[in-house]
Amino acid sequence: MSSSDPMISIRSVAKSFGPVRAVEAVSMEIAEGEFFSLLGPSGCGKTTLLRMLAGFETPTSGEIFIDDQPMSSVPPHQRPVNMVFQSYAIFPHLNVRANIAYGLRKQKLPKQQQNAMVDEMLELIKLPGYGDRRSHELSGGERQRVALARALIKRPKVLLLDEPLGALDKQLREQMQLELRALQRSVGITFVFVTHDQEEALTMSDRIAVMSKGRCLQIDTPNRLYEAPSNREVAAFIGTINFFDASIKSVNGETANVDAGVLGEVKAPVGDGTFASGMKVLLAIRPEKLSIESKKPKRSAHAVEGVLDAAAYLGERSHYYVRVDGIERPIAVSAQNAHRMLEGIDDQPRPVWLSWSSDSAVILDAK
Amino acid sequence: MSEVSYIDRPNRTLAVYAIAYLLFLYIPVLFLPLFSFNDAIYVAFPLKGFTTKWYEQLFNNEPMFAALLNSVQVGAVTATVSTLLGVFAAKAVTRYRMPGKNPVVGFIMLPLVIPGIIFGVALLILMSRLGVPLSLYTVTLGHIIVCVPFSMATLIPRFEGFDKSIEEASADLGENMFGTFWRVTLPMVFPGLVASFLLCFTISFDEFIMAFFLSGTEPTLPIFIWNQLRFPQRVPGVLALGTIILVISFAVVFFAQWIRNVGIHDKTKRGM
Amino acid sequence: MSTTTVGTHVTPSNVNRTRDRITAMFLGNEALRGYTLLSPTLVVMAIGILVPFAILLTMSFWTQVAFEFDTTPSLNNYAKALEHPVYETLLWRSIMISGACSIATVLLSYPMAYYVAFHVKRYKMLWIILMTLPFWTSYLLRVFAWKVILGFNGVINSGLKSVGIIEQPMEFLLYSPTAVVITLAHAWAAFAILPIYVSLEKIDRSLLEAATDLGDGPVARFFRITLPLSLPGIIAATLIIFIPTVGDYVTPALLGGPDGIMMANMIQAMFGKVNDWPMGAALSVGMMVTVAVFAITFMFVSRKATEQIG
Repeated sequence: MSSSDPMISIRSVAKSFGPVRAVEAVSMEIAEGEFFSLLGPSGCGKTTLLRMLAGFETPTSGEIFIDDQPMSSVPPHQRPVNMVFQSYAIFPHLNVRANIAYGLRKQKLPKQQQNAMVDEMLELIKLPGYGDRRSHELSGGERQRVALARALIKRPKVLLLDEPLGALDKQLREQMQLELRALQRSVGITFVFVTHDQEEALTMSDRIAVMSKGRCLQIDTPNRLYEAPSNREVAAFIGTINFFDASIKSVNGETANVDAGVLGEVKAPVGDGTFASGMKVLLAIRPEKLSIESKKPKRSAHAVEGVLDAAAYLGERSHYYVRVDGIERPIAVSAQNAHRMLEGIDDQPRPVWLSWSSDSAVILDAK
Repeated sequence: MSEVSYIDRPNRTLAVYAIAYLLFLYIPVLFLPLFSFNDAIYVAFPLKGFTTKWYEQLFNNEPMFAALLNSVQVGAVTATVSTLLGVFAAKAVTRYRMPGKNPVVGFIMLPLVIPGIIFGVALLILMSRLGVPLSLYTVTLGHIIVCVPFSMATLIPRFEGFDKSIEEASADLGENMFGTFWRVTLPMVFPGLVASFLLCFTISFDEFIMAFFLSGTEPTLPIFIWNQLRFPQRVPGVLALGTIILVISFAVVFFAQWIRNVGIHDKTKRGM
Repeated sequence: MSTTTVGTHVTPSNVNRTRDRITAMFLGNEALRGYTLLSPTLVVMAIGILVPFAILLTMSFWTQVAFEFDTTPSLNNYAKALEHPVYETLLWRSIMISGACSIATVLLSYPMAYYVAFHVKRYKMLWIILMTLPFWTSYLLRVFAWKVILGFNGVINSGLKSVGIIEQPMEFLLYSPTAVVITLAHAWAAFAILPIYVSLEKIDRSLLEAATDLGDGPVARFFRITLPLSLPGIIAATLIIFIPTVGDYVTPALLGGPDGIMMANMIQAMFGKVNDWPMGAALSVGMMVTVAVFAITFMFVSRKATEQIG
């Protein structure tokens, strides 16, 4: 396999369960050594797609190639992939050692070598000395590690992870995110990671596929997904964003000038789709890209006056909602609390000014 | 303050009723051992005196041992075949999405809602039309039909009780269908397997209504007992036999319960 | 080599491709895999249920002529069964006795199941074993035990006589429909307790607390929450007892006397000393249909009744 070939190639794969279309003609390629996430709300088809990679579901149409081999006639037990299940699926009748060694039987290794491999795995997951424990003697985080070791000992070409951190509490989850990322770098195996938690996907992944209702909306790096969403659904799903109705005045390559009503004329980069003068579009701006001040700013390219409607104190930052005449929904603004606010946040209705720089908005198809 | 919640506060009347109910269940059954040690042919009070002669006679009763052996054979074959068929069926209906699953399961469960006598005569007619002589084989066939639903009903919760992804994990780690069944499925459902086997064996061992129609010249134990009950002088012997069956049944039930507890124990711990 | 056409030449790769296609189809079709696994059971049950019932139904349209069967289809047996009141009487009595026994057993067992489900804290399993243990003994002997108790020289009569309460044994105890009902109620008790217990145990305790919180006293709570939610168990218990007891002929034969004889005894006689198999087949079909009608009606009515309570 040449280095430019993808490890996984999914070619217009669709899956229906009776009348329900779980996945609709999804295509994507995943490179060797990549940490790739499938992100979406529950029921978006991400787990079905993962289970098709593992071989537990068969595509209704389309084909999956792993390491250039078509997978449709390869049963799960012969695929070069291994999976970490959402429930971990630790065999309850076997101890940790036997769980980890489970997949080695076919390799007919001498007992000694097998033991050495298991010990090495126990070291890797930082659970040395846990070999004799049963699954019911493990905590959630420990089970997750055993499930990981059991899959990794097979040296799979691809490791599939089905929301493996979902059952853990917040602190442990954040710790495991870092560990998992470090582990992936050290073993160099391709990871395909399913999650509904956008923060988790953004923290860990090289690239993310955002899915919704069985379709793939955008595949990109975390920062491009956040800063340059290619369509309205992705922009709305990842983080919070303000949408403003606008119409195109002129297009100039990657950027366009739009007439955004009370916001005035705004210049911004464009997302997916073709744009022409006069088209109705959406101007999207993230809350933290907006500055809120009580006086009109002097230097900003764009500014608009409004009235503070509500405010919420969240510790390291505060959220403000500002009403602007001519715009239906209040505009969300997020600001760092750079100064101590011992007396609490001032949420009295008062005139305020919002401002932003010209590269912080994005223009999207209105659909 | 009471330790129990409002809903669960003790109820004296119910407790007394429960004890009375248990007495109602046990007293008739316990008359069997009582009169089996009574030194009289007629089963009546007052008791005459203690004897073990009915038991001694039983041990020299060749036809009784023949019938016992017949019943054990029929029961063992019935239990093995029914449990095997039950395992396949239970795995299929709990693990695969299949169109028409509910009617098919309903069909297999049909013997549960049809009086045994109907099965007995229907199979009797079939055998006689086919020219198959009645024998222990025909009894076994009838018992298998009746036991498969019980086996399935015992095993389905067992299969539902463990996460499907445990079997998928095994396939994912490189085991084929048979390897997965042997290394994961079987150990997981083993307590259910034992329970199904014991239940089917007991049903077959105790079944009289169908065996009456389907057995040929070799009687099963219930048929033997039925024939004995017509002769008053044989009744104490039957009581002795009944007592022995009672004691063995109790032992088997406690054993089965112990096996089940092992399974439940694992499960509750797993769910912590 | 050049003369061989590619299409007819079976190369190893061709074989592989065919095999792959079959494998792919098998992997892709979950229903196919499921039914493959289910097929042994389904075949055995189809042979064991459909074939015998088909021939039972067929024979019910035949006629017994001396020791031969007249296989011309006719409704003679069914006509005879409707003409002679004895069949109707027996069928009706079977339904009444089984019905009475089912209701009595469920009524007696419900408080017991309720007690174990709600009031036994520790040793729950022990109670369940205790309740079911007597049923692992021989059915025939359990029935016979009641003959020992209720008989002319039985436990009750000889006991009462020896302490001088009665002088002559009470004959009405044995050989009566009542004796059959009592015996069946005892013999089938476990089959009532278990389903009811399971349905009670499944009830979420917070529902009961919610009912109390919303102002129900214990009685109202029982009738508005506990009883409706345990209804599936009650229906299951009633049917589990009703259906097999309709077909029981052991108990009536041992304890019923002339007034306690049921339909099953008649069917047994048709296949035995009367030797009229087609008539026996017709009576079996009739009994099966009647049982089905009663069972379905019962399920329907009790469902409706619960909706009314709610």
